[in-house]
This record gives sequence, structure tokens and C-alpha cells, in this order.
Amino acid sequence: MAEPRKVRFKVNGAVREGLAEPRKLLVDFIRDDLGLTGTHIGCEHGICGACTILFNGEAARSCLMLAVQADGAELTTVEGLAAADGKLHPLQEAFWEHHALQCGFCTPGMLMTAYDLLQVNPTPTEEEIRTGLSAVLCRCTGYQGIVEAVKAAAGRMRSSS
Amino acid sequence: MKPPPFEYHDPKTADEALALLGRYGGEARLLAGGQSLVALLNFRLSAPAALIDLNRIAELSYIREEGGQLRFGAMTRQRQIEFSPLVASRLPLMIEATRMVGHLPTRTRGTIGGSIAHADPSAEYPALVTALDGEMVLRGPSGNRVVKPADFFQGFLTTAIAPGEMLVEVRLPVTPAHSGWAFEEFSRRHGDFAIVEVAALLTADGGGRCTMARVAASGVGGTPVRLRPVEEILEQEGLAEKAIAAASVRAAELVDPTSDLHASADYRRHLTRVLTRRALTRAALQAKGNN
Repeated sequence: MAEPRKVRFKVNGAVREGLAEPRKLLVDFIRDDLGLTGTHIGCEHGICGACTILFNGEAARSCLMLAVQADGAELTTVEGLAAADGKLHPLQEAFWEHHALQCGFCTPGMLMTAYDLLQVNPTPTEEEIRTGLSAVLCRCTGYQGIVEAVKAAAGRMRSSS
Repeated sequence: MKPPPFEYHDPKTADEALALLGRYGGEARLLAGGQSLVALLNFRLSAPAALIDLNRIAELSYIREEGGQLRFGAMTRQRQIEFSPLVASRLPLMIEATRMVGHLPTRTRGTIGGSIAHADPSAEYPALVTALDGEMVLRGPSGNRVVKPADFFQGFLTTAIAPGEMLVEVRLPVTPAHSGWAFEEFSRRHGDFAIVEVAALLTADGGGRCTMARVAASGVGGTPVRLRPVEEILEQEGLAEKAIAAASVRAAELVDPTSDLHASADYRRHLTRVLTRRALTRAALQAKGNN
């Protein structure tokens, strides 16, 4: 078995470090070693999107990365979306207002995916939102509320920037 | 922790990676973007003695234009390609194909080299390089060799990459003037594995004659299939509706798909005809418009 390696990266603005055996998945490190359990583990093969985080500012599956690969990177998890004073991100507010979650399991992945989607395309059409959100599976809402929320958040983020 | 134990190396240069490959004598696997391999590790369908992680090799990540080609370092991310102004201007068909590769969050990590070396018969890049008759540059202990798609793709998840070799570059010809292009695929949901896909690039002269046609289908067997007889119909008969209809029927005759859980062989043949017609119609319209 390979020796654990030291990993050090920024998560939600704070430097964190620890030891990871090379085979440890980044999502397991985030949840078990860093205690950031907002990032969920669903399918563990890159299909469901529940584990999506921002890796150097871009959405990526944390179940398809090793913790050692994140050494030196900057990560944002769902815990890093809200402001330091607890004020929710416009996407989170919109999810709340538009009933964009039921069980909430996919929500962290949905939020991080929607964040990246709006980052590359601040004015998406409904079709573009649906295409973007097809990266994450939701098994309870039927997506309608999520699409509405992302639409609303896009408008709010545009008017505030 | 789901992946089985492995030794881990993250070399900084391609030569170091090659040396490591040699050291493990076929027992190591190269880790590119990880969008297929890490899933296989998580399922323990793959249990290599060692992983050689290519993600810290900066020299394998680039897009440049040279000798009438776009040349991509094997570790160039699909996301980099998707947003590359150079690719958008010189090879727009590739942008269209790239947007169908998984989803944006998988394209963040997924690489062109990983997709081509994995050689999934439903993947977009293998179909693209087959249609455009691109080149794969393989580096081994004795240097580089250049392999064409017909020799590179040998079967389901099987390529010409020998043990001890690695894919370092992918080369695609830049789009000629007066061209049209289309990448059509059918999948149950956006981003799912495609059932069938068709890539087409057509070049026309002012008189409506087709001076060059490049067409390939994928998802219809173990490897992508270049549809040369379809190309010949278009090059001889032009780009009118009748020729396109004949070419589409011919396309369905040329493929020999098998049935599986996702679709029957007959349905895949049907899709080959329909998607070829759609791709050729769109590409022809655009080629004529670009004259």
C-alpha cells in the first residue's frame, strides 16, 4: 500500500492540510478529513453530480479525483457559497424561494453546477439551463423548480453586478 | 475509499512518465482527466499496480496551429478546447463535438488524450478524429510515431498504443474555406453516452460541387467508422437533397452494429441513416452559404 502523502490546499478561502493515502477520493477527504459534509456522495462514478465542487474556480466531480491531485489547488464547496456573515448566495436564495429542493441530496451539486453555468453564461436561455443542469440528477423535484431558481438567480446576479 | 491500493506517481515531464511506464512493465496505468479511469477504479474494475498521474505535466497541455493542423497536447482539457478562440475559428466542428462530451463539470477535467486513448465507441472525439482523418502521436522509449485513426482504433476500448507508449499529441486538419460541418448524435438525455453519432465536414465550390466530404459514424460497432463510400457519393453527385438521401441510405448499409441493452442493431442502423441525413443537410447548407 502506498504511503499517505501530505496534501495542502485552500478550501473556501482557508488553507487546509492533511495526510491522504493516494487512493483516497477527494470527496472522501473533503467530507471525512475536513468535516465538510455539505458535498454529497451519490453514485461515485461521475454520473449523478452530487459531489460537484469548484476546482480552481471550475465545477468538477470530486468523486473522480484523488485528494492528492488537489494539492496546491483552490476548492470551493457548497459551504463556501454563502457570505462570511451567513448571507445566502443569490442562487441559494432563489432555490429557497422557488422550492428547488425536496430531499436536498442533489442540492449541493446543483448549486455548484449552476454557479459554474452562470459563470460561463450569465444570460442562459431556459434550454441552456436545462442542458447545464442535466449534469446533475435530481430524483424528486422534476427539475422545474430548479430551472426557475437558476433563471431567477441569473437575473438577480446580473442586476447586482 | 473505493479504489484498490496502488502506487502513485505524479511526474512533471512526459519523459519521466515514460520512464515510469517502462519500470512497471505494463502493470501501471496512465491517469489523464480521470473521468473514466477513476470511475473504473471506484468500481474496482481496474486494479493497476501503479497510477502514473499526468495532470502535473504542463508540457502536455497546449493548442497550437502548425502545418495546416491544430495540434493538441494529450492533457488539454475538453473545457479548454470548448472555450478556445483558436479552435472556434479554425475547427468549429470540434466545438460542436466537445459540447456533447459529458457535461461541463466533466469537461473541466476530461482531456482529449484521455478520451481518445480510452476509445469508448460511443465517445465523440474518436468519431471526430476518424471523420477528419487526424493523427495520434505516440511516444515510446524509441521516440515518436504517428498513427492514423484507421490503425489507431482497433476495437472496443482497444487502441494501437503499445505497452510502454503514451499518447502525447492529437492532430486535426484545420477546416478548409467554403466548408460546412455538423456533429449529430442521439442520446436519451443530453450528456449521456450517445447511441449513434455522425460527424460530417463538407467543402463545396461555387457551383455547388462537393470538393471534399468527410463523414464518420460512431456507436455502430467497436470502433468509429469512416464512411468513405458515403463521401464518394457526395463528391461525385454534389450536395443536393437527392445525393444526400442516397448517401444516408448508403451510410446505414455500411455499418454493422450489434444489439445491446441501449438499442437494437436495427435501430442503430436506422439512426445512422437519419443522423447522416441531418448532419449532411446542415453541413451542406452551411458549405453553400460559405461560398
